[in-house]
Amino acid sequence: MAARRISSLLTRSLSVSSSSVSTLFSSLGKNSGRNGIGKRFSTAAALEDLIVPPVQIAYTQNLIDGKFVDAASGKTFPTYDPRTGDVIANVAEGDAEDIDRAVAAARKAFDEGPWPKMTPYERSRIMLRFADLVEKHSEELAALETWNNGKPHEQAAKSELPMFIRLFHYYAGWADKIHGLTVPADGHHHVQILHEPIGVAGQIIPWNFPLLMFAWKVGPALACGNTIVLKTAEQTPLTALYVAKLFHEAGLPPGVLNVVSGYGPTAGAALASHMDVDKVAFTGSTDTGKIVLELAAKSNLKPVTLELGGKSPFIICEDADVDKAVELAHFALFFNQGQCCCAGSRTFVHERVYDEFIEKAKARALKRVVGDPFRKGVEQGPQIDTEQFEKVLRYIRAGIESNATLECGGDRLGTKGYFVQPTVFSNVMDDMLIAKDEIFGPVQSILKFKDIDEVIRRANNTRYGLAAGVFTKSVETANTLTRALRAGTVWVNCFDVFDAAIPFGGYKMSGIGREKGIYSLHNYLQVKAVVTPLKNPAWL
Amino acid sequence: MAARRISSLLSSSATSLGRFSSWGRRIKSFSTAAAAAIDEPIHPSIQIDHTQLLINGQFVDAASGKSFPTVDPRTGDVIARVAEGDLEDVNRAVAAARKAFDEGPWPKMTAYERSRIMLRFADLLEKHTEEVAKLETWDNGKPYEQAAKIEIPMVVRMFRYYAGWADKIHGFTVPADGQHHVQTLHEPYGVCGLIIPWNFPLLLYSWKVGPALACGNTVVLKTAEQTPLSAIYVSKLFHEAGLPPGVLNVVSGFGPTAGAALSSHMDVNKLSFTGSTATGKIVLALAAKSNLKPVTLELGGKSPFIVCKDADVDKAVELAHSALFFNQGQCCCAGSRTLVHESVYDEFVEKAKARALKRVVGDPFKMGIEQGPQIDNEQFKKILKYIRSGIESGATLESGGEQFGSKGYYIQPTVFSNVQDDMLIAKDEIFGPVQSISKFKDLEEVVQRANASSYGLAAGVFTQNIETANTLTRALRVGTVWINCYDIFDAAVPFGGFKMSGQGREKGIYGLSSYLQVKAVVTPLKNPAWL
Repeated sequence: MAARRISSLLTRSLSVSSSSVSTLFSSLGKNSGRNGIGKRFSTAAALEDLIVPPVQIAYTQNLIDGKFVDAASGKTFPTYDPRTGDVIANVAEGDAEDIDRAVAAARKAFDEGPWPKMTPYERSRIMLRFADLVEKHSEELAALETWNNGKPHEQAAKSELPMFIRLFHYYAGWADKIHGLTVPADGHHHVQILHEPIGVAGQIIPWNFPLLMFAWKVGPALACGNTIVLKTAEQTPLTALYVAKLFHEAGLPPGVLNVVSGYGPTAGAALASHMDVDKVAFTGSTDTGKIVLELAAKSNLKPVTLELGGKSPFIICEDADVDKAVELAHFALFFNQGQCCCAGSRTFVHERVYDEFIEKAKARALKRVVGDPFRKGVEQGPQIDTEQFEKVLRYIRAGIESNATLECGGDRLGTKGYFVQPTVFSNVMDDMLIAKDEIFGPVQSILKFKDIDEVIRRANNTRYGLAAGVFTKSVETANTLTRALRAGTVWVNCFDVFDAAIPFGGYKMSGIGREKGIYSLHNYLQVKAVVTPLKNPAWL
Repeated sequence: MAARRISSLLSSSATSLGRFSSWGRRIKSFSTAAAAAIDEPIHPSIQIDHTQLLINGQFVDAASGKSFPTVDPRTGDVIARVAEGDLEDVNRAVAAARKAFDEGPWPKMTAYERSRIMLRFADLLEKHTEEVAKLETWDNGKPYEQAAKIEIPMVVRMFRYYAGWADKIHGFTVPADGQHHVQTLHEPYGVCGLIIPWNFPLLLYSWKVGPALACGNTVVLKTAEQTPLSAIYVSKLFHEAGLPPGVLNVVSGFGPTAGAALSSHMDVNKLSFTGSTATGKIVLALAAKSNLKPVTLELGGKSPFIVCKDADVDKAVELAHSALFFNQGQCCCAGSRTLVHESVYDEFVEKAKARALKRVVGDPFKMGIEQGPQIDNEQFKKILKYIRSGIESGATLESGGEQFGSKGYYIQPTVFSNVQDDMLIAKDEIFGPVQSISKFKDLEEVVQRANASSYGLAAGVFTQNIETANTLTRALRVGTVWINCYDIFDAAVPFGGFKMSGQGREKGIYGLSSYLQVKAVVTPLKNPAWL
């Protein structure tokens, strides 16, 4: 049901698995038993007989000034199916020249209108119509998202597309609710604040949640009256082109939302250093985020919002409900093939429940259903591409070499595409690479702790600060940890609750600024103070 | 176009209405092709389908079995007989609303689900604009074009606006001295009793129902006995849009019975009333005597419209005219004290008179009509009494002064000049097409005179001088100051009164606080990392 929040969708699916774990798993177990292949991961069969995605590739060109156009250079690049490494389509490859054209279109659409000169109500109506159109095309979009990204189709169709629609409903509602303040000042002055759109926003989004990240960035930017040049990830260019086309069908004027496919060092760098771009928002790795910020600084000092990497602690206290914690810690790490910036990738478990936890976490990972993401009931698809795939396997080898205990997994799955076995390490030490670096794959690292002060210190001992999970029944422990953890989100007895209204972003090297919720509007608004003298005022 | 704000619609209609009025120039005093039109009222091509009470999602007769007539103000003829709710019906409606609140699903739904239902309702209402506007004009007498092109789109717009608020109601986390974690929750009140007037039946429906439902409350709505029809119709649509039964209950009936029962009900958690100041005092007293429920009041006014010496006189004349005569003068914020600087006074009076004489009065269903009949016989008589009082107290009658035609409740657009502050027509809310023009000399004087009123709802200021504008803005003791404009009603702009014009604000973000309880949640912090 469209009206459900992703959080409730997630909890619901979780509560199914945790309350009736045995039923669900036994039925999955039955399937794998029937297939009779692969004792450990119930999958391999699925990998040999891939489902043909029920969708055509309609759009592969850049979308500039309301029109689909080839790259100025005429070049294209291949985009792949991560299940096989086969080419899905060749996509126009934007570079500096295409970015220039897109920025010029966005500039004109901002300076001459009509977008920022429309009433907020008109903008909100177009956004609502767009949400309705996406709802109608959810099936094709979910299929395209899975084909290009490899994520489970059920996840795309039942969680991510509804959440995408929900985000645009949410931001449509903000368009006419952007309030400035009137301000008390010393002396005889009348002061008011205008919150104005910044102008042309450059937005660079990653491949792990192509559509959701589109919504997080495009939603608030448009609600606030800005125009946009969006660069998608080279791994996943397809769905953004499709929905941007729908946006124009919903009445978005040309030039307001321009979409350029291409690579970071060419198109991305051109956007980040463009002198006529007024704002940049980037989601991706911390290393790339540093480059984006530097390019912005070296060019026109445009403000930058960054949503970067993480190594988020998931803390299970001695009084936690262990079964629930195991299930959520599993989900917190393995969700989306472990390709989440906020993945709970350091599972800290109190020594009193540590052994029980390990055993159950391993059992849960062994039951994880890996396979063709188009197949029903599959929990885990392939990693995004060969580079990530190799990197994840390299980290697994590093874990083994540094003497962490490999509880399960540790290898690729099947022989084709980028599937990796759900992998669990126990006895992980803080100084191991797998406890420090962002792996961005299905590799759970479990660490033991003794007391709260220690776990706070260790949890905070990272260059990242994106999120944290806390599992406890004690309100005091929860409150203490909540304030002590240096992270942008603390989930208490839950994880990955993503709601349109809840801000998300990082402390430290996990980023700058917040997305979603009312906080995200600040990223796309300039603040103008207007001051005028008062003659003989009745009050001050 | 639905996306236009009421303000732009008003200014565009002001121009086009001017055009209409010049067509009618052959008629000397009031250009109404009207007299004829009034003799042969256009029959609105619409059926009255719903006349019962709407309680717990079902149409039901009054417990007493009684009904009352609702009347076409063009003729005084009965349009339909409507179920007459009283104490027993209010009890039933409150019980349904109580159950819907306490047991859900309404307040237990996600805000997103509530907003989707409100958006669907807005879409449905938009589809039925024509029928609803016809019903509104038939029952109220307001120009059909105004209902169809301004008011119903504005109702749709209000519901879209408040649908957007449903999921944006933020509490705070609060810094406190000492080791405590503090947060505030903004919770729905519970059952809200809403009492709306007859001058803008659906608009005021949206001002109250929109925020109450967005915040998760359930509602018992009492409509005005003069205009019960449109609220029943659209509430039916709301249920079609997915509103659960019991969330919005509509009771038609009279103030002393149904209205009083709602105001004194021990199980109603919040009241909101729009109407006269005299009735507002009764509502507040009943709330106080029963369960001390908080009350939002939007009451009468005697709003000054101040034309300074540097104003654009032509524009000021046109806007002062619409500020007073809009909706047959039946606006709580009507600019009913037109205060004009002495240096432009004579020019202003002459032009204001000319404009009033051109006002197109007639059958509100006819295209180009600016003014229909007053709502009912009682109001009609009251206005004529005030006009006589104006004449008797020595004000100069520039135009109008009498009934228009011989049937229904039409009144000639009436302009008085040389009005003095102590005359009844300068002090009381007339609620009819009677403009009172007075002269002033300087700013301090006009501030003092404008504020010398028991009311404080709105004010208009016409000046090209930014300092004058800023000075008047702060000095006027009113809830809205319109500078070089008037009657700009936007979903986001708060509206309400100082002094005896009311308590609280409606519309905008301010409108939400009328329907939210604030709960502070405090818990100790052990060894906090920061405070």
